[in-house]
Amino acid sequence: MRMAIFGRAVPSSADTPRPGEPRNRWAGKRRTARWGRSAATVAAATIVLGFLGLFFAWPVAAIIGLGLGGGVSETLTNVRTWDLVAFTLGQAAASTALALVAGMPLAYVLARVAVPGKALLRAVITVPFVLPTLVVGMAFRTLLGTGDGGSTSALFGIVLANAFFNVSVVARTVGGLWTHLDRRTEDAARSLGACGLRVFTAVTLPALRPALGSAVAVVFLFCSTSFGVVLVLGGGTYRTLETEIYLRTVRLLDLSGAAALSLLQLAAVVAALVIAAVARRRRETALQLRSADDTARRPRGAEWFVVSAAGMVVLGLLVPIAGLLIRSVSTRDGWSLAGYRALSGTGSGAVLEVSGWEAAWNSLRTAADATWMSLLLGLLAIAVLVGIRRRAAAEVVDAALMLPLGVSAVTVGFGYLVTLQFLPGDVRTSPLLVPFAQALVVTPLVVRMVLPVVRAIDDRLRQAAATLGASPWRVRWEIDVPLAARSVLAAAGFGFVVALGEFGATSFLARPEAPTLPVAIARLLARPGELNLQMAYAACALLMLVTALAVLAVERLRVRTETVGEF
Amino acid sequence: MNRFLRRSARIASAAAVTVLTAGCSFIGAQGDEQNKRTVTLVTHASFAVADKTLANFERRSAIDVTIRRHGDAGELTNKLVLTKANPIGDVAYGVDSTFASRALGEGVFVPYRPEGADRIPQRYSIEGSNRLTAIDVGDVCVNIDTRWFAEHGIPAPTNLRDLTDPRYRGLFAVPSPATSSPGLAFLLNTIVTFGEPGWKEYWRGLLANDVRISSGWQQAYNQDFSGSSGQGPRPIVLSYASSPAAEVGPDGSSRTRALLNTCYRQVEYAGVLKGADHPDAARRVMDFLVSQRFQAQVSEQMYVYPAVRTVALPESWQQVAPRPQRPAGMAPDRVEQNRQRWVQQWRALAHG
Repeated sequence: MRMAIFGRAVPSSADTPRPGEPRNRWAGKRRTARWGRSAATVAAATIVLGFLGLFFAWPVAAIIGLGLGGGVSETLTNVRTWDLVAFTLGQAAASTALALVAGMPLAYVLARVAVPGKALLRAVITVPFVLPTLVVGMAFRTLLGTGDGGSTSALFGIVLANAFFNVSVVARTVGGLWTHLDRRTEDAARSLGACGLRVFTAVTLPALRPALGSAVAVVFLFCSTSFGVVLVLGGGTYRTLETEIYLRTVRLLDLSGAAALSLLQLAAVVAALVIAAVARRRRETALQLRSADDTARRPRGAEWFVVSAAGMVVLGLLVPIAGLLIRSVSTRDGWSLAGYRALSGTGSGAVLEVSGWEAAWNSLRTAADATWMSLLLGLLAIAVLVGIRRRAAAEVVDAALMLPLGVSAVTVGFGYLVTLQFLPGDVRTSPLLVPFAQALVVTPLVVRMVLPVVRAIDDRLRQAAATLGASPWRVRWEIDVPLAARSVLAAAGFGFVVALGEFGATSFLARPEAPTLPVAIARLLARPGELNLQMAYAACALLMLVTALAVLAVERLRVRTETVGEF
Repeated sequence: MNRFLRRSARIASAAAVTVLTAGCSFIGAQGDEQNKRTVTLVTHASFAVADKTLANFERRSAIDVTIRRHGDAGELTNKLVLTKANPIGDVAYGVDSTFASRALGEGVFVPYRPEGADRIPQRYSIEGSNRLTAIDVGDVCVNIDTRWFAEHGIPAPTNLRDLTDPRYRGLFAVPSPATSSPGLAFLLNTIVTFGEPGWKEYWRGLLANDVRISSGWQQAYNQDFSGSSGQGPRPIVLSYASSPAAEVGPDGSSRTRALLNTCYRQVEYAGVLKGADHPDAARRVMDFLVSQRFQAQVSEQMYVYPAVRTVALPESWQQVAPRPQRPAGMAPDRVEQNRQRWVQQWRALAHG
């Protein structure tokens, strides 16, 4: 059947080579195909880099440019500045390591274990990612009894809270690829006498390396720019480049100091990305991708240890979540649903312009916009990355896409103030500005989740299709699309969730008449009065619920598209 | 063939879902009222106005007011400075006495004296300038949990000096002057009260007395303070003179009390922005901000005191949140000249 379809692509034998044309008409065909493909790559690259340039590079360059001058070298030669850099990177590395250790068992369970309620599990571990950092910081502050700053428990709290947010990134990114790994390779190794650990280190881990590299890079960037957690738990004693850039820009308007720190942050991020790229390069080969049903089965023997470790991680994630839920129904006078009832109002003393429900609706709309924008940009970017033949060029583009994750939201936000006035139309006050800014954060995640799967597709499949006469677009449609569909859907779902929870850029750009839930929560927390506090916690619960429902909806969609992935 | 079609249909339906989701998006959600006179009021995140008061003004003046909130007073001021060449609005409200000098020095505002400005006490105005008009006054004061002190049989502190008394060891929670607006006001208060070198000695006393420093007012008030609904461990907190009005129980009395001897006055100003697109409408908004109708609702909407002295406070406020009689204060230009240095010195002192 498929042969018949491909058959139409075979040119009719009536074509006769004209003088000067290559004698072999297939060579000519290939050349035009390659030219067409590179033209498409250039067009896609223009869109992606144009967006990045307009909404990221230009604003960041403009605000840094404003601050360049005398104070920069002074800041750079200050010893305290370098303490700041060391602490920023150190806490990010520790948080990333913890997130990795905690996320791997979960990734294993999601990918390899046949258990009921996996969709629910996926929803639960995703919830932390959307919670406002301010609220989570306060939850950990209560749990650990810290907050005085300076204590080692505050430091522990920062690492723990950062990991809490990012476990799901590891579980999802690694689990996504793991699901598709052919289990038979491992079974073969085992039947040749390798023990479980040896199979894992010698067979599974190397195959997972692209996804691991992606997860580590993303989590590291998130942790090194972690703002709310460090501010709340560090209590001013523990400071990172991110919190210091905020202080210098927003509170002191010390633009030269902020510019110096932003440059340092950029340098650190680029260094981290280069290391990640080198790590990825060491091994990235085509894998035998399988559809998910073939690879999940009941755990046996030592695998139960991993499953129970995953269970403990889930419990650990549930503690702060449960704490917030309990907090949302407990008042000074006992249990009460007053906070939830208050969601239909605007807070006591009209803190918000809109009700809690309307804020939730705004969140959904904004996140929907951000999701389709980042899917569009992300898939175009992947097409570019796969299309670029020169490895080094592809890696530069790849790194450029990741940069927005590692640059302070304050720098970008203040940059917008300086640059957006020059754009036609009133972009500065457009309701689309928030989804644009969120798309900057979500697009790299889409790339990181989908690219490893696309790269792992055996090129021989594409070659086979091409040999059978499929056009380049047809090859993408028949080979890449079905194989990557699941991960694209997963990325869409995760991107939606990330946009739901995004606070840094959103709080800068959200219009007051359309606050998102995280922005509304921050506003409620900034007012005295028990009802406002109750409403803020109830809004957190609502945010968690919306997130869980979004993840479950994507799961359903994934199950239905499952057959798309068959080949 | 069949399979191919089925796959296309599935992908098409997935795409349709995407498009439908995008349908509930913000595209096309732009405003459409072009003919009416509009004006943009930029302000801080705590700004609030009663719906009917604003609607009333919009109806009478035929001006549509768009409100844009930008962080706290410091963030607002800095954003105004950064965008002064192409302002983000027509009129700005919320630049306070801590940041007023910066805004004036950068030439962000143009002169305008609104109708009725003569009813605002002279001491709120900034010398030699009619570019900023005082709209409201917020007093940053130490608050106490009255029940805690009654239960523990300890007399409540009455002034700043008491807070370094070993009797009150481990009881005080304050937001950091480096990261929070009220925290900075408290630092300025200690500088006014104890003088230039003296404030450091005072802070050493506070630190020795186990003061708890948090990054923001939210943590200090909602988490550390025992008098708020957070029911934290500490019965003394830095907050506002008006905060007790938010802690009134069913019996009409407040669980907390502001220590009126520990207050620092922050005046919040409004002004017409230089280069405003709608300067006429901006001036009408300034008149509105000073008007009786607006002034009468600021206390309940924003937990501040009206700048116009003839406006009465709500009755419950007179009981639980009266105006501090003699709060400390500092000239805006002195704040501007020293703010960064003081914050750095404080950081060195508190965090080593």
